Order: sequence, then structure tokens, then C-alpha cells
Amino acid sequence: MEYSLHPLGDNAVIIQLGKEINIQTQQRVQVIASYFDENHLEWMVEYIPAFTTITIIYDPVSPSLLGEKFALPYEKVCYHLDTLLPTISEGQSVESRVVEVPVCYGGEFGPDLDYVAKINNLTKDEVIHIHSTGDYIVYMIGFAPGFPYIGGMSEMIAAPRRETPRLKISARTVGIAGMQTGVYPIETPGGWQLIGRTPIELFRPDENPPSLLRAGDKIRFKPISEKEYREWEEDKRC
Amino acid sequence: MLTIIKPGLLTTIQDLGRYGFQRYGVIVSGAMDQFAHRMANILVGNQENTPTMEITLLGPQIEFNENSLISICGGDLTPTIDGSPVRLWRSIFIKKGSKLKFGSPRSGCRAYLAVAGGISVEAVMASGSTYLRAAIGGYHGRALKEGDKIRVGMPGSLSTKIIESLSDSLSRQPFAEMDWSIAKDLILSTPTEPSVRIIRGREFNLFTKESREILYKEHFQVTPQSDRMGYRLKGLSLELQKAEEILSEAVTFGTIQVPSDGNPIILMADRQTTGGYPKIGQVAKVDLPLVAQVKPGDFIKFTEVSLYDAQLLLIKKEKKIQQLKSGISLKFR
Repeated sequence: MEYSLHPLGDNAVIIQLGKEINIQTQQRVQVIASYFDENHLEWMVEYIPAFTTITIIYDPVSPSLLGEKFALPYEKVCYHLDTLLPTISEGQSVESRVVEVPVCYGGEFGPDLDYVAKINNLTKDEVIHIHSTGDYIVYMIGFAPGFPYIGGMSEMIAAPRRETPRLKISARTVGIAGMQTGVYPIETPGGWQLIGRTPIELFRPDENPPSLLRAGDKIRFKPISEKEYREWEEDKRC
Repeated sequence: MLTIIKPGLLTTIQDLGRYGFQRYGVIVSGAMDQFAHRMANILVGNQENTPTMEITLLGPQIEFNENSLISICGGDLTPTIDGSPVRLWRSIFIKKGSKLKFGSPRSGCRAYLAVAGGISVEAVMASGSTYLRAAIGGYHGRALKEGDKIRVGMPGSLSTKIIESLSDSLSRQPFAEMDWSIAKDLILSTPTEPSVRIIRGREFNLFTKESREILYKEHFQVTPQSDRMGYRLKGLSLELQKAEEILSEAVTFGTIQVPSDGNPIILMADRQTTGGYPKIGQVAKVDLPLVAQVKPGDFIKFTEVSLYDAQLLLIKKEKKIQQLKSGISLKFR
């Protein structure tokens, strides 16, 4: 597996696995992530996967990195990784889960659905159809707890960000920004065009893992009616 | 138990952070000045990761509903107990019914109050730190308010021995201070124009030659739009040689990002897990406590340090902290 190592300050190292966003690079990030899920390294605090990199946060004063003279923690971490990474075979494919995300499109939950339809010369139903039949993949989780960076949206429903961001977007709202689609896990300000809302929680602080989605997951958006949405909400309360 | 009479500007419960969940977008949080947090815990015989109270600029008024061993470390926010000034960086035994009050800030920005036995909050994702935006962790996921009652854990054996050594000198005073404190050479001073050592960032070379020089030559002012998430700085503009598309990737405590307006941002305890702006530098871990004590309006000057030297400085500092810890356990054995 081709890679390069770059320091991020004095307690992290970035493993670069590609130059641009694509499925192959995403797979390599996943293969390494699952290796670290199964093999605990004493000096490693945690890892953060992204589009083309996986960053290892380490403890520079971990006893396992000290002791011998003449080599600093960063050098030792690189030495460990240079020994380890070539043994992880690229061929290992990580099975990706398919997660169904029900969405109630339009109405009070998706005030910008009209706008997205209009600028793309589509009807609202066509936007919903295109959005809910796409093949999506979660490239990484970041920005907010449980927030997925999703690839695979059709450019037929692309829409620019709002000029003035909304100060408050309710949790679980589904939006479009440029060529991207996403779901806000918690209430935040934001400039995305809002097209619907899901009744299921993306951020689950009481569960482990605390996120519905993980990097590598495939997503299917399933249209539901407002009545079905309310029933989901009811079920959650029970 | 502690009762919050007045909450102060922003008082939250923090430990050393919530690690292991950044891959799910869950931020680390934790004490801004981790050195002061650790020292405060060490002085009362707690584990270093035990939750403390992080106090910002204008501190709270707190009534102690039981005899407690406490210490206050970090910025000097002029604490008093029942009207008498108390000193920082030392163990203090405070009598039941006494009131701890903070005045106007004399130096620094944040103080840490540790209580023997630890401030007792329910751990969320293995941490007691408050994550304000998601309203989880700490005390009900929020900053402290008037009337809050904070529970304290059972002091351990080391804490009990420190308490015993102080209770003799208590007599009729509302509190008793230890006759020794953390050595001066271990504590960073908290100047209003600190010189902060930084390591080159991954995109350092993408900036213009002038910008790279400005970074180490000029002062940058901390703007009022600075908080636990990040410090927005203002100074001469830092420019890239040409516009670059940078893919989002991990950032850490102390990463210095430069958005397109050219004003750098130092990412702090409540930073997001990933970022897409070019990284011009990274504050050396050993100097992060210095940055944590800078107030809006203050100036920061950056000086360059190699990754090699930054890690060496960190190892040296850690050794001193370990020596201090073993010194305290030996003293109270």
C-alpha cells in the first residue's frame, strides 16, 4: 500500500493515502481503520479518518515511546508505522453496511425543496425521486458529532448554499450544499438548502458507537409521509 | 457538596478530554489549560484526569457545604475565602460553611478549582468534560448556574493524609493554606504578550514568503470572537501563493488554520475534529497552557521551534511533573 507520513504538531501523524476523493482511497482508509480497531497500540490515543488521510493521535510521553535514547517519539511512531503499514494488505476489503435513512421531504421540514426544484427545472417530486434513489457513501464523519460527509449525489439536484446562513437548523434536517447532501445531527447554524427531515437520531451520546453512521457506510434515503414521520417520533418516545 | 451562589462568566466542569470518539465527529473538549488542571488535582491528591471546575475571567461564588481540601491553579482571578485572599498553586483546607469568591482578573484568563475526591459528575463517553454545543457531559451538559449543587467524591488515602497535615493548623480560621506550593520554575508566567513556540504546519510552504516572515515577526491580537473552540487572531494578513483546494482532514489542539480572509485561528479545546483550511503552524504542546491563559485583546508573538525540540521540551516538562508527583506521595507516605 502506498502512503506517506506527515507530522501534525508534536502529538499526531497524518498517513496520506491518496490525493483525491474516490472510492479506492476511501477503501484504503477503511482497511487501516479496521486494523486499528482490532489491534491496540500502546502509544496510540485514537485515529481520525478523512477523505484521503487517516490521522493517528499519539501520546508523545507514552512510556512505550520513551526509554531508548537518540530517537524522539515522532521518529519512533514513524518507525512503528513503517514496519506495520506494508503488512496491511490493500486487498482486504472491508464490508460496508447499508443504512436506510427515512426522510420526510418538503413541508415545514424542507422549506427549500421548492427552491432546489426551481433552479434545476424539476418538480418537487422529481427532486425527491432523484435524492432518494441515489447510491451514497459516507466518506468521513466530521464538522459535528455524527455528521456524515456523503458522496454520490446527482448533479441534477445540486444547489448553491444560501447567501445568508440560517442561525438555527433543527437536528436531523436533511440538506443540499453544492454537489453534497448531508444530515445535521444536532441543532447548528448553517447555510445548506433544507429539503426534509429524518425521524432517526444520527448522534447517540448514550450508545457506543455514538454515531448512527460510520465512514464507509452506504446510505439509502427512503421517502416517508408526514404521518409516518410522526409515527417514528411516537415510537422513539415509547 | 458545593453550592453555586453566583456562577461567574463561564464556569464548566472539565477533565483531560473525551478521547476515542473523534472518528464519530465527537470533539475532545476538556480543560483549556491542561497543566493547571493537572497541578490542581495533584495538589489535592486526586488522579490527574479527575474533573475540575474551569473558571473563566469573572469567577463564581461558591459555598462549601462540607470541610474540603481544594487547590486553585492557573490564572490569578483573585480568589478569597470569607474575604481573605488565598494563594494559587497550593493545597488549601476550607471549613464547612465558608465561601470562596473570585474578584477581578489580575493575570491570565482561566483558573481551575480541584476538590479532593473530585467533582462528581456522570461520565458521558468516558469523560466528565462539558460539551456545551451538544449539551452533554459535565454538569447536565451546561455551564454552571446559580443554585446548582455540585457533588464531591470521597477523598482517597493521599488526600486524607494531606487533610490531616493541614487540619492541625486550622484553629478558628475559615481555611488553612499549605506552607509550600508548586515551584516557580514549573509554572509558566502569564504575560499579556506571550511568546508562543510553534512548529511548521503541513501547508506552511504554500504561503507567500512575506506571510511566512510576518508569522514570526509580527504580533497578532486575540479578538473578542475567541472562545473555547478557537482563538481568532488579527494582524497582518497571511496569504497563500495561489488559491488551493484543501481536503478536510484531522486537526488537533493548537493547530493554526488560515481561512481565506488571511486571519489565523488557533484551534483550542472545543475545536471540531476535522478542518479544511490550510495549516500554517501548530502550537507546541508544551506552550498550549500559555495560549489558554491569553485574554481577548491580548497579543501573541510566535517563535519557531522544530518538532524535535518541541518533543524534547515536552519530555523534560513531563519529567518534572512526575518528580513533583512522587515528591508529594513521599512526603505524605
